[in-house]
Amino acid sequence: MRVTVRLFARLRDIAGSGELTRDAPAGATVADVWRGLVAEFPEMARYDSSISSAVNADYTKMAAAVAEGDEVAFLPPVSGG
Amino acid sequence: MIPVAVTTNPLDVGELTRHVSQDGGLGAVSTFIGLVRDNNLNRRVTHLEYEAYEPLAVKALEQICDEAAREWPGVRLAVHHRVGRIAIGEASIVIAAASAHRAHAFAASRYVIERVKQIVPIWKHEFFEGGEVWIEGAIADPQDEAARLEAVRRACA
Repeated sequence: MRVTVRLFARLRDIAGSGELTRDAPAGATVADVWRGLVAEFPEMARYDSSISSAVNADYTKMAAAVAEGDEVAFLPPVSGG
Repeated sequence: MIPVAVTTNPLDVGELTRHVSQDGGLGAVSTFIGLVRDNNLNRRVTHLEYEAYEPLAVKALEQICDEAAREWPGVRLAVHHRVGRIAIGEASIVIAAASAHRAHAFAASRYVIERVKQIVPIWKHEFFEGGEVWIEGAIADPQDEAARLEAVRRACA
C-alpha cells in the first residue's frame, strides 16, 4: 500500500522534502514507516526516542496500524510559542 | 473571529481581547503576547521562521482550550499562533483569557502558553548572525498527564 509521509522542521531538511510517498507492506505500523525512513535517511536515527507521530492529522502511537492512503506525519520535539 | 487559529498574518491582541470579553458576567481579561527576541543562548537572532503542521496544531490548540475550560470553568479563551517569517519584536503568539475574577484569567492564560510549548506541532527556525538552527523543545505527547499537571502547577504558581 501507499502512504503519504509528512515531515517537519529538521526532518524535512534531512529528507529534502516535507512530503514523500512511500510503500508499506499490509499490516504495517507507524513504527514500520519510521524504520523505513531511518533506513533511507540514517541521520534521522537520532530522533528514534524523541519522535511523535500522527495519522491523518491526529496524534497516534507508533504501534498504530496504517492504511492505504493514510497521511503519516513525524514530528520532532516541538518549539512553538 | 475564530478563537483558535494558526495564521501567517500579524496578530492583533485587541481582536482577541474583544472576542473573549463579550459577556457582562466577566470581570477580568488576561492577555499573553509572545515576542520574537533578538538574542538566544548568546546568539544574535536576526529573525524567526515558524512552521506548523497546521491541521493538528489547530486541534491541539482546541484541546488545550478544552482542558483549560475544565480546569477553570467559565473561562473564555482565544489563542492565535503566527507562522512564517516573523521579525524581531513582533508577536508569535497571542492568548486572551477572560473570567469572572482575575485569578482564573491569569491562570488560564499561563496554562495555555505552557501547554502550547508541550504539545502543539509548531517549530521555530532560528536565524542568527552566522547560521541557523531548528529549535527542539518538548517531545509532544498530548496524553502525558504528568506534563499536563506540570502546566497546571505553573499556571497556579
